[in-house]
Amino acid sequence: MTTLLNVEKLTKHFPLTASPNIFKRLTGSKQKPSYLHAVDNISFTLNKGESLGLVGESGCGKSTLVRLLTRLLDPTSGHILFNDRHIGDVPAKEFAIHPERAKIQQVFQDPTDSLNPRFTAFDCIADPLKRLQKLSGEALQKRVEAIAAQVSLPLTLLSRYPHQLSGGQKLRVGIARGIALQPDLLILDEPTSALDVSVQAVILKLLDKLRRELGLSYLFVSHDLNVVRLLCDRVMAMYLGKVVETGPVEEVFQRPRHPYTKALIAAISHFDAGGQVQRVRLQGELPSPIDPDPHACRFYGRCPAREDRCLREMPELEKYGEHKSACLLAQQPITQTEAIAQIPAVSL
Amino acid sequence: MKQFEEWRYLLLQNPLTLIALIVFIGVVICALFAPWLVPYDPFASDTVNALQPPSANNWFGTDQLGRDIFSRVIMGARMDLGIAVGAVALAAAIGTFLGACAGFYGGHFDQAVGRGVDIIMAFPLFVLAMAIVAGLGNNVINVVYASAIINMPFYVRVVRSEILILKNAGFVEAARLCGNSNKRILWFQLLPNVSAPLVVQMSLNMGWSMLNAASLSFVGLGIRPPTPEWGIMVAEGAHYIISGQWWVALFPGLALTLVVLCFNLLGDGLRDIIDPRRRT
Repeated sequence: MTTLLNVEKLTKHFPLTASPNIFKRLTGSKQKPSYLHAVDNISFTLNKGESLGLVGESGCGKSTLVRLLTRLLDPTSGHILFNDRHIGDVPAKEFAIHPERAKIQQVFQDPTDSLNPRFTAFDCIADPLKRLQKLSGEALQKRVEAIAAQVSLPLTLLSRYPHQLSGGQKLRVGIARGIALQPDLLILDEPTSALDVSVQAVILKLLDKLRRELGLSYLFVSHDLNVVRLLCDRVMAMYLGKVVETGPVEEVFQRPRHPYTKALIAAISHFDAGGQVQRVRLQGELPSPIDPDPHACRFYGRCPAREDRCLREMPELEKYGEHKSACLLAQQPITQTEAIAQIPAVSL
Repeated sequence: MKQFEEWRYLLLQNPLTLIALIVFIGVVICALFAPWLVPYDPFASDTVNALQPPSANNWFGTDQLGRDIFSRVIMGARMDLGIAVGAVALAAAIGTFLGACAGFYGGHFDQAVGRGVDIIMAFPLFVLAMAIVAGLGNNVINVVYASAIINMPFYVRVVRSEILILKNAGFVEAARLCGNSNKRILWFQLLPNVSAPLVVQMSLNMGWSMLNAASLSFVGLGIRPPTPEWGIMVAEGAHYIISGQWWVALFPGLALTLVVLCFNLLGDGLRDIIDPRRRT
């Protein structure tokens, strides 16, 4: 398998005191700037045709990571290798005309917000083709219709405006726009979160079909772990700007090593596990991502298994076969009793 | 054809807009074809028949020089509408450009435009218009400029605030991924979304700048007699109200009121028609 995307030590820090006020500028008093560590030293790879799930709670840096990968945001440091080319160094402003622009596309979270209210469904799908493939007239018409058919969007809906479409139809338009340029990497930012459960299933089936038919690679951002388990080959869990655990999806779901992932998986709702599940409940909220202690585990404050050494040493991702985990305690072999009750996998 | 059906349906749903539209079309026809519509020469004086009350011959009566007021009111539409259209077009073009750039790019340009607009708004606007006309020279084209300058801040503010909200929408990010440059996003993706408030503002503004032009000529700036223009006609007629010749000032005043009212109604109606989100 060839590597499509190789992210190395990607970091994005947002300065918080961007413009000191005029009084401070005149008096020359200097304040040490604070930084919000949105994405901190993240490395991972994504193979061609693979589907990688990205999970984590709100505010953990998922969206920033996505914006870095789609090159709408410039990283503070680190590299993004896409098809063996460095694209992290190209300024976001110039990336619009970069040849790799067409190869990284995204399906947005809110299908209403991500479609221009003044554009018909046709215009929305045609926009990337007009801009980046310079299609027009008959060729454009044919191509748009072909793409609409691929996402099962009835052709009669192409002349409608977003407000005349249902949520599922709008999402299909969004997906059609995402695949229009035949990208290599499609980033799906919680695509089904705004939909009814019944529509979700249909859309997930469609996404699975598209990936196989078009040979796409997915980076699938989601809150819904069941969806990730269904659709992804590997999963990556983020906490406060860091990857805490990554590995093949079944491996991680069956034997999570990081206490955060354990808690996430324990929180999945299901019917038949009944009372046997030993629930790991997290207390408190996500701590502040502003200037976190570089020598302490970021999960310390909420960790049910914390020890004193977690405050002295920042755990890095350690390899356990295919599986990687950033927890000092995960280095001890896990016993069978510790393994949480197995949750039956659902299938499409 | 489908579009036409839709418009007909929308207009029948809003009878006020329909009436306003009919009046508006009437005024435009008056303005365009005035010389062929008027029953009398609006400049021909007939001192024998001066200050005659409205009659079958002279529907709106005659003024102090015996000119037919009906003919003069129709001719006046041309001047007032022309000034209003010119001023609004100029103000909207410049104001939209400045407001859109300020809202989208922000930074120092935004600061500069914002303060510039504040400075204009700090003046009493009508006094500013008077000063501009007095300073640049007392002619019609300067009335258009003056009117455009005092109207521009409203466009800057409307467009800037709309762009500020819109530029964070998801579809802007999506447009970037589709290979749109900043310029394309601003002019082809964002600006069409501003058109609804912009058209409403323009329509309301049209009435206002008409009043403005009439007010300027009322105080003796800009257009000069004997040009048939509603502001001057009201000013001249004002002398005769006390002596009982009310018609000299009333009819041009009524025409002005009617047209301004119709622009305001039209503005509200157009907003409903243009915004696709309010259609079903």
